[in-house]
Amino acid sequence: MKRSVWLLLIVALVVVYPLLFTTPFLQRLGALVLLYAIAASAWNIVGGYAGQVSVGHVVFFGCGAYASMAFFTHFGWPPIAAVPVGMMASMGIAALIGVPTLRLSGHYFSMATIAVAELARLIVTNVEALGAAVGLSGPVMPRTVFDLSFTSALPYYYLFLVVLLAVLGLTYWMENSRIGFYLRAIKDNERAARSLGVQAGRYKLYAYMISAGLTSIAGTLYATMYGFVDPDSGLGILTSVKILIMAALGGAGLLFGPLVGAAILVPLEEISNNLLGGKGAGLTFVVYGAIIMIIARFYPSGLLKLALDRLASTKPALSDQKVRDVA
Amino acid sequence: MSMSLLQVLIGGLLLGAVYALFSSGLTLIWGMMNVVNFAHGDFVMIAMYVAFMVWKVFGGGPFLAMPIAAMLLATLGIIAYFSLVRHVMKGPMLAQILGTFGLALLLRYGMFWTFGANFQSLPENLVGGTYDLWGIRIQASRLLAGTLAIVLTITLHLMLTRTSLGSKMLAVAEDSTAAQLMGIRPDRMQAIAWGLAAGLTGIAGALIATFFYISPTVGETLAIIAFVTVSLGGFGSITGALVAGLLIGVIESLSGYLIGAVYKDIVVYTIFIAVLWFRPQGLMGKN
Repeated sequence: MKRSVWLLLIVALVVVYPLLFTTPFLQRLGALVLLYAIAASAWNIVGGYAGQVSVGHVVFFGCGAYASMAFFTHFGWPPIAAVPVGMMASMGIAALIGVPTLRLSGHYFSMATIAVAELARLIVTNVEALGAAVGLSGPVMPRTVFDLSFTSALPYYYLFLVVLLAVLGLTYWMENSRIGFYLRAIKDNERAARSLGVQAGRYKLYAYMISAGLTSIAGTLYATMYGFVDPDSGLGILTSVKILIMAALGGAGLLFGPLVGAAILVPLEEISNNLLGGKGAGLTFVVYGAIIMIIARFYPSGLLKLALDRLASTKPALSDQKVRDVA
Repeated sequence: MSMSLLQVLIGGLLLGAVYALFSSGLTLIWGMMNVVNFAHGDFVMIAMYVAFMVWKVFGGGPFLAMPIAAMLLATLGIIAYFSLVRHVMKGPMLAQILGTFGLALLLRYGMFWTFGANFQSLPENLVGGTYDLWGIRIQASRLLAGTLAIVLTITLHLMLTRTSLGSKMLAVAEDSTAAQLMGIRPDRMQAIAWGLAAGLTGIAGALIATFFYISPTVGETLAIIAFVTVSLGGFGSITGALVAGLLIGVIESLSGYLIGAVYKDIVVYTIFIAVLWFRPQGLMGKN
């Protein structure tokens, strides 16, 4: 009861946020939080729920971003129309990485994700049709409303919010379906799960492919908003780092963990970039490295879990007490 | 075979020997404790900057840089083991991967912040000039790096297989509980392995810096090369790493020569994917 009230309050706050804070900077910040929350929530499906740590998720982000810009440049499609193309390419790449490595120990998977992301960056940098080192641009002027090219961040905010809710809805459904139970069993003890007949490799692959497809949507949305993608923004390792640190800091394997992580880190990064300028870029990632190490060493389950545990230990919920009394 | 092709082959072998040297540390750690050091390439990068500073401040060459870098990196490795790796290696997969990945970012962007993104390099004739043997031109810096790297990799293999310290380390790799019952301290052996592996990246970095570009992000490229080498050679196998390293060096140089310099990394990374698909246990590995 109490929990659903809190949830409603938070949802209401998220919905009215851009109407309360109307400056372009704050609206854009809100939109970026939601955009990274989409990507981090997608990462969470394979990194959090399936326990397979992808450190090269940017390759799927890049598929989405490059598909939309390339189909606009060569065929004049509205950028958003290339979503299915980006998703299919992403799921293909996910299968290329996942099929051989998800049978092996998790380290192979992580190494392969880094190598494939870097491979994709090198290839794209040398392909003229994909803009090589310069990158590709979207429509300069919106031709129709389907180009989704707006000057204000407000429409993007609500577009991203709808997509985020869809991604979270899908994750919630997965959590409570057969695949969610299988993934939890595999993460807890893969050998035990296998001995009970769970096809571990197959379900990890499903999770990875779903995660890849959803990440590519985030990439398309990113390219639509910025109207531009280049090898660094679309395929650089730093985007992978941002995606995974937001999920891991908030709480990998928790539904709202990635959103919490994005709500903390995106504003921090924007502020530090504004204060420190170009020099800040290096420093931001020094801090990110330190945060990642601290999470791994002390709080592998993330801040949201820590906060929830703290709340649960100080004030046991009324409903819990009743249950205990009855028992 | 034309002379220039032979020259490319020899250059590739000498470069590959250095790959083998720093990859052998990664394979040692993996084999002993089932942990992949994602910061391994960045250890080599730090050593390259040490070599750069040794030249800049003291005007010294690799013979001064090697011991300094080896000591510094071995210390870094042991600190990383005791403060980080020892704690995350028993934790969930997320912690195992992110621990050293975070360390990699910290080192990489720390150097980026201190030295900037610019590429540096050591003067070309720091280690003598270029030898001309019957029309084959070989840089002295590569000859020194390659020969020393092969000698050190073989020494590491002999140390592991022929000395009592090596036997203790292999015992921990085989079964750390059983080793502990025999009076071997797994914790100490693992710390020694981290010190050794990191120390070797120190020497490899000081050597490779004499003929390679130096930049904060070079560690990522070198890390992937080490992943390819180690998986091709078979995880845990030093001799596998030696053969695979030489092979990767030759393939990289040949593809750079035959297809074009920008494609050499693409070829090497593609080999990695092919190995994972068709021979995940590596050339020397057992199933």
